[in-house]
Amino acid sequence: MSAKTTHKFYGHGIPRVKAEDLGGKLIVVEGADGSGRSTQIAELVNWLETNGRPTVQVGLKRSTLVSEELEKAQEGNVLSRTTLSLFYATDFADQLSNIIIPALKAGFIVLADRYIYTLMARDMVRGMDEKWLKNLYGIAPVPDAVFYLSVEPEELVQRNLSKKATLDYWESGMDLGFSRDVFDSFLKYQEAMGEAFRQLQKTYKFEIIDANRPVNSVNKELRKKISAVIDGE
Amino acid sequence: MKTFAEMNFPGRLIAVEGLDGSGKSTQIYLLKRWLEAEGIKVYFSEWNSSELVKSATSKGKKRELLTPTTFSLIHATDFADRYERHLVPLLRAGYIVLCDRYVFTAFARDVTRGCPPEWVRGNYSFACAPDLTMFFKADLEVSLNRILEGRPKLKFFEAGMDLRLSTDPYESFKIFQGRILDQYLAMSKEFNFVIMDANESVEKQQVLVRKLVSEKIDLKKFKRRSPLPLPPSLAGDRDSKEELEDKAA
Repeated sequence: MSAKTTHKFYGHGIPRVKAEDLGGKLIVVEGADGSGRSTQIAELVNWLETNGRPTVQVGLKRSTLVSEELEKAQEGNVLSRTTLSLFYATDFADQLSNIIIPALKAGFIVLADRYIYTLMARDMVRGMDEKWLKNLYGIAPVPDAVFYLSVEPEELVQRNLSKKATLDYWESGMDLGFSRDVFDSFLKYQEAMGEAFRQLQKTYKFEIIDANRPVNSVNKELRKKISAVIDGE
Repeated sequence: MKTFAEMNFPGRLIAVEGLDGSGKSTQIYLLKRWLEAEGIKVYFSEWNSSELVKSATSKGKKRELLTPTTFSLIHATDFADRYERHLVPLLRAGYIVLCDRYVFTAFARDVTRGCPPEWVRGNYSFACAPDLTMFFKADLEVSLNRILEGRPKLKFFEAGMDLRLSTDPYESFKIFQGRILDQYLAMSKEFNFVIMDANESVEKQQVLVRKLVSEKIDLKKFKRRSPLPLPPSLAGDRDSKEELEDKAA
Protein backbone atom coordinates (compact mmCIF):
# COMPACT_ATOMS: atom_id res chain seq x y z
CA MET A 1 0.00 0.00 0.00
CA SER A 2 1.53 3.30 -0.98
CA ALA A 3 1.70 5.76 1.89
CA LYS A 4 -0.09 8.68 0.30
CA THR A 5 -3.15 8.96 -1.85
CA THR A 6 -4.80 12.25 -2.53
CA HIS A 7 -7.84 13.09 -0.50
CA LYS A 8 -10.11 16.07 -0.82
CA PHE A 9 -12.62 17.74 1.43
CA TYR A 10 -16.20 18.30 0.30
CA GLY A 11 -15.98 21.96 1.24
CA HIS A 12 -13.81 24.15 3.43
CA GLY A 13 -12.32 21.24 5.32
CA ILE A 14 -11.01 21.80 8.82
CA PRO A 15 -8.49 24.34 10.10
CA ARG A 16 -4.85 23.31 10.17
CA VAL A 17 -5.43 20.06 8.26
CA LYS A 18 -4.16 19.79 4.70
CA ALA A 19 -5.98 17.35 2.47
CA GLU A 20 -2.72 16.29 0.85
CA ASP A 21 -1.43 15.03 4.23
CA LEU A 22 -4.20 12.46 4.33
CA GLY A 23 -3.17 9.02 3.15
CA GLY A 24 -4.81 5.71 3.92
CA LYS A 25 -8.28 4.86 2.72
CA LEU A 26 -11.66 6.01 3.91
CA ILE A 27 -14.41 3.50 3.23
CA VAL A 28 -18.02 4.14 4.17
CA VAL A 29 -20.85 1.68 4.60
CA GLU A 30 -24.30 3.27 4.68
CA GLY A 31 -27.69 1.68 5.17
CA ALA A 32 -30.69 1.63 7.50
CA ASP A 33 -30.87 -0.35 10.74
CA GLY A 34 -31.47 -3.91 9.66
CA SER A 35 -29.60 -3.55 6.40
CA GLY A 36 -26.84 -5.75 7.82
CA ARG A 37 -24.40 -2.85 8.10
CA SER A 38 -22.84 -3.77 11.45
CA THR A 39 -22.47 -7.44 10.53
CA GLN A 40 -20.80 -6.54 7.27
CA ILE A 41 -18.43 -4.11 8.93
CA ALA A 42 -17.41 -6.60 11.61
CA GLU A 43 -16.61 -9.12 8.85
CA LEU A 44 -14.68 -6.54 6.87
CA VAL A 45 -12.55 -5.45 9.83
CA ASN A 46 -11.76 -9.08 10.52
CA TRP A 47 -10.78 -9.66 6.90
CA LEU A 48 -8.68 -6.49 6.61
CA GLU A 49 -6.79 -7.05 9.85
CA THR A 50 -6.15 -10.68 9.04
CA ASN A 51 -4.59 -9.44 5.83
CA GLY A 52 -2.32 -7.13 7.78
CA ARG A 53 -4.12 -3.86 7.06
CA PRO A 54 -4.31 -1.51 10.03
CA THR A 55 -7.99 -0.61 10.38
CA VAL A 56 -9.95 1.86 12.49
CA GLN A 57 -13.71 2.01 12.91
CA VAL A 58 -15.93 5.03 13.41
CA GLY A 59 -19.68 5.44 13.55
CA LEU A 60 -22.42 7.80 14.59
CA LYS A 61 -22.87 8.84 18.20
CA ARG A 62 -19.54 7.43 19.33
CA SER A 63 -17.60 10.60 20.16
CA THR A 64 -16.00 11.18 23.54
CA LEU A 65 -17.23 14.76 23.44
CA VAL A 66 -20.99 14.54 23.08
CA SER A 67 -22.24 10.96 22.65
CA GLU A 68 -23.58 10.67 26.22
CA GLU A 69 -25.27 14.05 26.12
CA LEU A 70 -26.76 13.32 22.72
CA GLU A 71 -28.14 10.02 23.95
CA LYS A 72 -29.67 11.69 26.98
CA ALA A 73 -31.22 14.46 24.95
CA GLN A 74 -32.76 11.99 22.53
CA GLU A 75 -34.33 9.98 25.33
CA GLY A 76 -36.30 13.01 26.41
CA ASN A 77 -37.00 13.96 22.80
CA VAL A 78 -36.58 17.62 23.67
CA LEU A 79 -34.30 18.72 20.86
CA SER A 80 -35.50 20.85 18.00
CA ARG A 81 -34.34 19.91 14.54
CA THR A 82 -31.52 22.44 14.06
CA THR A 83 -30.18 21.62 17.50
CA LEU A 84 -30.29 17.89 16.84
CA SER A 85 -28.61 18.41 13.51
CA LEU A 86 -25.77 20.48 14.98
CA PHE A 87 -25.40 18.08 17.90
CA TYR A 88 -24.84 15.20 15.48
CA ALA A 89 -22.46 17.36 13.44
CA THR A 90 -20.44 18.01 16.62
CA ASP A 91 -20.32 14.28 17.29
CA PHE A 92 -19.10 13.69 13.75
CA ALA A 93 -16.53 16.50 13.88
CA ASP A 94 -15.09 15.18 17.13
CA GLN A 95 -14.48 11.75 15.62
CA LEU A 96 -13.23 13.37 12.44
CA SER A 97 -10.59 15.41 14.29
CA ASN A 98 -9.56 12.80 16.80
CA ILE A 99 -9.88 9.51 14.93
CA ILE A 100 -10.43 9.78 11.17
CA ILE A 101 -7.82 12.45 10.39
CA PRO A 102 -4.99 10.99 12.53
CA ALA A 103 -5.70 7.50 11.17
CA LEU A 104 -5.62 8.66 7.56
CA LYS A 105 -2.44 10.63 8.23
CA ALA A 106 -0.91 7.39 9.49
CA GLY A 107 -2.03 5.53 6.38
CA PHE A 108 -4.71 3.42 8.09
CA ILE A 109 -7.92 2.15 6.59
CA VAL A 110 -10.88 3.88 8.18
CA LEU A 111 -14.17 2.00 8.02
CA ALA A 112 -17.09 4.28 8.73
CA ASP A 113 -20.31 2.70 9.92
CA ARG A 114 -22.47 5.49 8.40
CA TYR A 115 -21.14 8.90 7.47
CA ILE A 116 -22.44 12.38 6.70
CA TYR A 117 -25.00 11.03 4.22
CA THR A 118 -27.21 9.42 6.87
CA LEU A 119 -27.00 12.61 8.90
CA MET A 120 -27.91 14.73 5.90
CA ALA A 121 -30.72 12.42 4.79
CA ARG A 122 -32.26 12.41 8.28
CA ASP A 123 -32.15 16.18 8.39
CA MET A 124 -33.56 16.57 4.89
CA VAL A 125 -36.51 14.37 5.80
CA ARG A 126 -37.03 16.76 8.73
CA GLY A 127 -37.11 19.73 6.41
CA MET A 128 -33.60 21.11 6.79
CA ASP A 129 -32.15 22.98 3.85
CA GLU A 130 -29.81 20.91 1.67
CA LYS A 131 -27.53 23.87 0.98
CA TRP A 132 -27.16 24.52 4.68
CA LEU A 133 -26.25 20.88 5.24
CA LYS A 134 -23.70 20.89 2.44
CA ASN A 135 -21.93 23.87 3.96
CA LEU A 136 -22.00 22.29 7.42
CA TYR A 137 -20.54 19.00 6.20
CA GLY A 138 -17.95 20.68 4.00
CA ILE A 139 -15.63 19.64 6.86
CA ALA A 140 -15.77 16.00 5.72
CA PRO A 141 -13.12 14.31 3.59
CA VAL A 142 -14.39 12.67 0.41
CA PRO A 143 -14.27 8.90 0.99
CA ASP A 144 -12.49 6.52 -1.36
CA ALA A 145 -15.64 4.43 -1.59
CA VAL A 146 -19.21 4.61 -0.29
CA PHE A 147 -21.41 1.52 -0.26
CA TYR A 148 -25.10 1.91 0.34
CA LEU A 149 -26.72 -1.30 1.52
CA SER A 150 -30.13 -1.16 0.00
CA VAL A 151 -32.95 -3.21 1.53
CA GLU A 152 -36.67 -2.92 0.86
CA PRO A 153 -38.55 -1.26 3.76
CA GLU A 154 -40.79 -4.35 4.13
CA GLU A 155 -37.71 -6.54 4.54
CA LEU A 156 -36.22 -4.05 7.04
CA VAL A 157 -39.33 -4.34 9.19
CA GLN A 158 -39.00 -8.11 9.25
CA ARG A 159 -35.32 -8.01 10.16
CA ASN A 160 -35.76 -5.40 12.89
CA LEU A 161 -38.66 -7.23 14.45
CA SER A 162 -36.98 -10.59 14.37
CA LYS A 163 -33.92 -9.09 16.08
CA LYS A 164 -35.45 -6.80 18.70
CA ALA A 165 -39.18 -7.52 18.56
CA THR A 166 -39.73 -3.77 18.38
CA LEU A 167 -39.12 -0.84 16.03
CA ASP A 168 -36.81 1.95 17.22
CA TYR A 169 -38.48 5.32 17.86
CA TRP A 170 -36.00 7.33 15.78
CA GLU A 171 -35.52 4.75 13.03
CA SER A 172 -39.28 4.87 12.64
CA GLY A 173 -39.24 8.65 12.42
CA MET A 174 -41.89 8.84 15.16
CA ASP A 175 -40.86 12.45 15.88
CA LEU A 176 -42.17 13.42 12.45
CA GLY A 177 -45.77 12.54 13.12
CA PHE A 178 -46.30 10.54 9.91
CA SER A 179 -48.48 8.16 11.83
CA ARG A 180 -49.17 7.25 15.44
CA ASP A 181 -48.79 3.65 14.46
CA VAL A 182 -45.11 2.77 14.70
CA PHE A 183 -45.37 0.13 11.98
CA ASP A 184 -46.89 2.54 9.45
CA SER A 185 -44.51 5.28 10.53
CA PHE A 186 -41.48 3.02 10.05
CA LEU A 187 -42.46 2.19 6.48
CA LYS A 188 -43.20 5.80 5.59
CA TYR A 189 -40.01 7.05 7.22
CA GLN A 190 -37.77 4.49 5.51
CA GLU A 191 -39.44 5.35 2.22
CA ALA A 192 -38.66 9.04 2.81
CA MET A 193 -35.07 8.21 3.79
CA GLY A 194 -34.65 6.22 0.59
CA GLU A 195 -35.91 9.24 -1.32
CA ALA A 196 -33.44 11.54 0.49
CA PHE A 197 -30.58 9.17 -0.31
CA ARG A 198 -31.57 9.18 -3.97
CA GLN A 199 -31.52 12.98 -3.85
CA LEU A 200 -28.05 12.96 -2.26
CA GLN A 201 -26.77 10.49 -4.79
CA LYS A 202 -26.99 13.22 -7.40
CA THR A 203 -24.09 14.98 -5.64
CA TYR A 204 -22.33 12.22 -3.76
CA LYS A 205 -21.45 9.01 -5.48
CA PHE A 206 -22.59 5.87 -3.67
CA GLU A 207 -22.39 2.38 -4.92
CA ILE A 208 -25.69 0.73 -4.30
CA ILE A 209 -25.36 -2.81 -3.02
CA ASP A 210 -28.38 -5.06 -3.09
CA ALA A 211 -28.50 -6.18 0.55
CA ASN A 212 -31.70 -8.16 0.28
CA ARG A 213 -29.32 -11.09 -0.31
CA PRO A 214 -27.65 -13.37 2.29
CA VAL A 215 -24.81 -11.94 4.41
CA ASN A 216 -22.09 -13.94 2.67
CA SER A 217 -22.86 -12.92 -0.87
CA VAL A 218 -23.06 -9.26 0.16
CA ASN A 219 -19.73 -9.58 1.96
CA LYS A 220 -18.08 -11.19 -1.03
CA GLU A 221 -19.14 -8.33 -3.24
CA LEU A 222 -17.92 -5.76 -0.71
CA ARG A 223 -14.52 -7.43 -0.36
CA LYS A 224 -14.06 -7.53 -4.09
CA LYS A 225 -14.88 -3.86 -4.43
CA ILE A 226 -12.78 -2.82 -1.45
CA SER A 227 -9.80 -4.81 -2.74
CA ALA A 228 -10.04 -2.90 -5.97
CA VAL A 229 -10.04 0.40 -4.06
CA ILE A 230 -7.08 -0.55 -1.87
CA ASP A 231 -4.92 -2.14 -4.53
CA GLY A 232 -5.96 -0.14 -7.53
CA GLU A 233 -3.46 2.66 -6.89
CA MET B 1 -29.52 38.47 7.29
CA LYS B 2 -32.92 39.97 8.10
CA THR B 3 -33.94 41.33 11.47
CA PHE B 4 -36.82 39.95 13.50
CA ALA B 5 -38.81 43.11 12.69
CA GLU B 6 -38.23 42.56 8.98
CA MET B 7 -39.40 38.98 9.38
CA ASN B 8 -42.59 40.29 11.02
CA PHE B 9 -41.98 38.85 14.44
CA PRO B 10 -44.06 40.69 17.02
CA GLY B 11 -41.09 40.63 19.44
CA ARG B 12 -37.75 42.40 19.22
CA LEU B 13 -34.23 41.17 19.94
CA ILE B 14 -31.48 43.31 21.40
CA ALA B 15 -27.93 41.96 21.52
CA VAL B 16 -24.79 43.19 23.20
CA GLU B 17 -21.36 42.22 21.95
CA GLY B 18 -17.83 43.02 22.99
CA LEU B 19 -14.70 41.57 24.49
CA ASP B 20 -14.64 39.96 27.93
CA GLY B 21 -14.29 42.82 30.37
CA SER B 22 -15.95 45.42 28.12
CA GLY B 23 -18.77 45.85 30.64
CA LYS B 24 -21.51 44.65 28.26
CA SER B 25 -23.01 42.22 30.76
CA THR B 26 -23.47 44.97 33.35
CA GLN B 27 -25.14 47.18 30.76
CA ILE B 28 -27.59 44.55 29.56
CA TYR B 29 -28.41 43.61 33.15
CA LEU B 30 -29.27 47.23 33.96
CA LEU B 31 -31.33 47.44 30.78
CA LYS B 32 -33.24 44.34 31.83
CA ARG B 33 -33.99 45.80 35.28
CA TRP B 34 -35.33 48.97 33.70
CA LEU B 35 -37.55 47.16 31.19
CA GLU B 36 -38.92 44.91 33.93
CA ALA B 37 -39.72 47.92 36.07
CA GLU B 38 -41.54 49.46 33.11
CA GLY B 39 -43.74 46.35 32.99
CA ILE B 40 -42.36 45.14 29.71
CA LYS B 41 -42.31 41.49 28.67
CA VAL B 42 -38.60 40.79 28.71
CA TYR B 43 -36.40 37.69 28.56
CA PHE B 44 -32.66 37.44 29.00
CA SER B 45 -30.48 34.82 27.33
CA GLU B 46 -26.80 34.28 27.76
CA TRP B 47 -24.22 32.78 25.39
CA ASN B 48 -23.27 29.19 26.16
CA SER B 49 -26.01 28.52 28.69
CA SER B 50 -28.24 25.79 27.26
CA GLU B 51 -28.77 23.18 29.97
CA LEU B 52 -28.69 20.43 27.41
CA VAL B 53 -25.34 21.19 25.88
CA LYS B 54 -23.55 22.61 28.89
CA SER B 55 -22.17 19.34 30.26
CA ALA B 56 -20.59 18.47 26.90
CA THR B 57 -19.08 21.92 26.53
CA SER B 58 -17.59 21.97 30.00
CA LYS B 59 -16.22 18.45 29.58
CA GLY B 60 -14.63 19.47 26.29
CA LYS B 61 -13.12 22.56 27.83
CA LYS B 62 -11.88 20.89 30.98
CA ARG B 63 -10.20 18.03 29.16
CA GLU B 64 -8.98 20.37 26.41
CA LEU B 65 -10.68 18.12 23.88
CA LEU B 66 -11.93 20.83 21.57
CA THR B 67 -10.61 21.66 18.13
CA PRO B 68 -11.57 24.87 16.32
CA THR B 69 -14.24 22.89 14.45
CA THR B 70 -15.80 21.18 17.46
CA PHE B 71 -15.50 24.37 19.52
CA SER B 72 -17.51 26.15 16.85
CA LEU B 73 -20.10 23.40 16.42
CA ILE B 74 -20.75 22.85 20.10
CA HIS B 75 -21.42 26.56 20.57
CA ALA B 76 -23.66 26.52 17.51
CA THR B 77 -25.58 23.61 19.05
CA ASP B 78 -25.96 25.56 22.29
CA PHE B 79 -27.18 28.59 20.39
CA ALA B 80 -29.61 26.56 18.26
CA ASP B 81 -31.12 24.99 21.35
CA ARG B 82 -31.75 28.37 22.98
CA TYR B 83 -32.88 29.85 19.67
CA GLU B 84 -35.43 27.19 18.81
CA ARG B 85 -36.74 26.48 22.28
CA HIS B 86 -36.72 29.93 23.86
CA LEU B 87 -35.96 32.83 21.55
CA VAL B 88 -38.28 32.03 18.66
CA PRO B 89 -41.38 31.22 20.74
CA LEU B 90 -40.80 34.28 22.95
CA LEU B 91 -40.32 36.55 19.96
CA ARG B 92 -43.49 35.19 18.44
CA ALA B 93 -45.24 35.95 21.69
CA GLY B 94 -44.12 39.57 21.51
CA TYR B 95 -41.28 39.59 24.02
CA ILE B 96 -38.25 41.82 24.09
CA VAL B 97 -35.37 39.36 24.15
CA LEU B 98 -32.02 40.50 25.46
CA CYS B 99 -28.96 38.51 24.42
CA ASP B 100 -25.60 38.72 26.12
CA ARG B 101 -23.62 37.80 22.98
CA TYR B 102 -25.21 36.62 19.76
CA VAL B 103 -23.95 34.97 16.55
CA PHE B 104 -21.30 37.69 16.09
CA THR B 105 -19.36 36.21 19.00
CA ALA B 106 -19.00 33.04 16.95
CA PHE B 107 -18.21 34.99 13.78
CA ALA B 108 -15.36 36.74 15.59
CA ARG B 109 -14.04 33.95 17.80
CA ASP B 110 -14.28 30.94 15.52
CA VAL B 111 -12.73 32.80 12.62
CA THR B 112 -9.88 33.90 14.91
CA ARG B 113 -9.44 30.18 15.67
CA GLY B 114 -9.05 29.49 11.96
CA CYS B 115 -12.54 28.38 10.87
CA PRO B 116 -13.49 29.69 7.42
CA PRO B 117 -15.84 32.70 7.77
CA GLU B 118 -18.32 31.41 5.16
CA TRP B 119 -18.58 28.08 6.96
CA VAL B 120 -19.29 29.67 10.34
CA ARG B 121 -21.78 32.15 8.92
CA GLY B 122 -23.48 29.40 6.95
CA ASN B 123 -23.95 27.31 10.07
CA TYR B 124 -25.66 30.20 11.86
CA SER B 125 -27.73 31.25 8.86
CA PHE B 126 -30.93 29.91 10.46
CA ALA B 127 -30.85 32.87 12.87
CA CYS B 128 -32.36 36.30 12.18
CA ALA B 129 -30.35 39.44 12.88
CA PRO B 130 -30.97 41.39 16.09
CA ASP B 131 -33.12 44.51 15.83
CA LEU B 132 -30.41 46.34 17.73
CA THR B 133 -26.81 45.29 18.33
CA MET B 134 -24.70 47.36 20.68
CA PHE B 135 -20.99 46.78 20.53
CA PHE B 136 -19.13 47.83 23.66
CA LYS B 137 -15.78 49.06 22.60
CA ALA B 138 -13.22 49.65 25.31
CA ASP B 139 -9.52 50.16 24.89
CA LEU B 140 -7.95 46.74 24.74
CA GLU B 141 -5.82 47.58 27.79
CA VAL B 142 -8.93 48.51 29.81
CA SER B 143 -10.70 45.24 29.00
CA LEU B 144 -7.61 43.23 29.72
CA ASN B 145 -7.05 44.93 33.06
CA ARG B 146 -10.64 44.34 34.15
CA ILE B 147 -10.38 40.63 33.44
CA LEU B 148 -6.86 40.14 34.67
CA GLU B 149 -7.43 42.03 37.91
CA GLY B 150 -10.51 40.16 39.02
CA ARG B 151 -9.74 36.66 37.86
CA PRO B 152 -6.08 35.88 38.06
CA LYS B 153 -6.35 32.36 36.65
CA LEU B 154 -7.18 32.24 32.94
CA LYS B 155 -8.85 29.18 31.50
CA PHE B 156 -7.25 27.34 28.58
CA PHE B 157 -9.72 28.18 25.82
CA GLU B 158 -10.55 31.59 27.24
CA ALA B 159 -6.90 32.53 26.89
CA GLY B 160 -6.82 31.08 23.36
CA MET B 161 -4.08 28.69 24.46
CA ASP B 162 -5.27 26.21 21.81
CA LEU B 163 -3.96 28.62 19.18
CA ARG B 164 -0.41 28.31 20.51
CA LEU B 165 0.09 32.06 20.34
CA SER B 166 2.29 32.05 23.40
CA THR B 167 3.17 29.66 26.20
CA ASP B 168 2.29 32.37 28.71
CA PRO B 169 -1.49 32.43 29.28
CA TYR B 170 -1.52 36.20 29.88
CA GLU B 171 0.41 36.95 26.75
CA SER B 172 -1.75 34.51 24.79
CA PHE B 173 -4.94 36.08 26.15
CA LYS B 174 -3.80 39.54 25.08
CA ILE B 175 -2.96 38.50 21.52
CA PHE B 176 -6.15 36.46 21.24
CA GLN B 177 -8.40 39.26 22.47
CA GLY B 178 -6.69 41.70 20.14
CA ARG B 179 -7.44 39.48 17.17
CA ILE B 180 -11.06 39.02 18.20
CA LEU B 181 -11.42 42.77 18.48
CA ASP B 182 -10.10 43.14 14.93
CA GLN B 183 -12.70 40.65 13.71
CA TYR B 184 -15.50 42.49 15.50
CA LEU B 185 -14.49 45.84 14.07
CA ALA B 186 -14.22 44.41 10.58
CA MET B 187 -17.87 43.27 10.64
CA SER B 188 -19.33 46.20 12.55
CA LYS B 189 -20.63 48.04 9.49
CA GLU B 190 -21.99 44.98 7.74
CA PHE B 191 -24.15 44.10 10.73
CA ASN B 192 -25.05 47.63 11.83
CA PHE B 193 -23.37 47.56 15.20
CA VAL B 194 -24.02 50.64 17.30
CA ILE B 195 -20.61 51.32 18.79
CA MET B 196 -20.73 52.22 22.47
CA ASP B 197 -17.87 53.93 24.20
CA ALA B 198 -17.15 51.44 26.96
CA ASN B 199 -14.48 53.66 28.49
CA GLU B 200 -17.28 55.93 29.77
CA SER B 201 -18.77 55.51 33.25
CA VAL B 202 -21.34 52.73 33.72
CA GLU B 203 -24.08 55.27 34.51
CA LYS B 204 -23.44 57.41 31.43
CA GLN B 205 -23.41 54.35 29.21
CA GLN B 206 -26.69 53.11 30.66
CA VAL B 207 -28.40 56.44 29.98
CA LEU B 208 -27.34 56.09 26.38
CA VAL B 209 -28.39 52.43 26.19
CA ARG B 210 -31.90 53.26 27.43
CA LYS B 211 -32.16 56.19 25.04
CA LEU B 212 -31.12 54.04 22.08
CA VAL B 213 -33.55 51.29 23.00
CA SER B 214 -36.50 53.64 23.39
CA GLU B 215 -35.72 55.34 20.10
CA LYS B 216 -35.39 52.08 18.24
CA ILE B 217 -38.31 50.23 19.82
CA ASP B 218 -41.80 51.48 20.63
CA LEU B 219 -41.67 50.10 24.14
CA LYS B 220 -45.30 50.67 25.14
CA LYS B 221 -46.32 48.00 22.64
CA PHE B 222 -44.46 45.43 24.69
CA LYS B 223 -46.12 46.00 28.06
CA ARG B 224 -47.65 43.12 29.92
CA ARG B 225 -51.41 43.30 29.90
CA SER B 226 -51.59 42.63 33.61
CA PRO B 227 -48.87 43.72 36.00
CA LEU B 228 -46.55 41.11 37.46
CA PRO B 229 -47.97 39.41 40.55
CA LEU B 230 -47.17 41.23 43.81
CA PRO B 231 -45.93 39.45 46.92
CA PRO B 232 -48.87 37.96 48.91
CA SER B 233 -48.66 40.59 51.67
CA LEU B 234 -49.40 43.35 49.15
CA ALA B 235 -51.53 41.43 46.70
CA GLY B 236 -54.84 41.65 48.59
CA ASP B 237 -55.99 45.05 47.34
CA ARG B 238 -55.13 44.54 43.74
CA ASP B 239 -56.68 41.06 43.58
CA SER B 240 -60.02 42.25 44.81
CA LYS B 241 -59.93 45.17 42.41
CA GLU B 242 -59.15 42.83 39.52
CA GLU B 243 -61.95 40.52 40.55
CA LEU B 244 -64.36 43.43 40.38
CA GLU B 245 -63.03 44.34 36.95
CA ASP B 246 -63.39 40.75 35.82
CA LYS B 247 -66.98 40.67 36.97
CA ALA B 248 -67.68 43.93 35.24
CA ALA B 249 -66.24 42.53 32.03
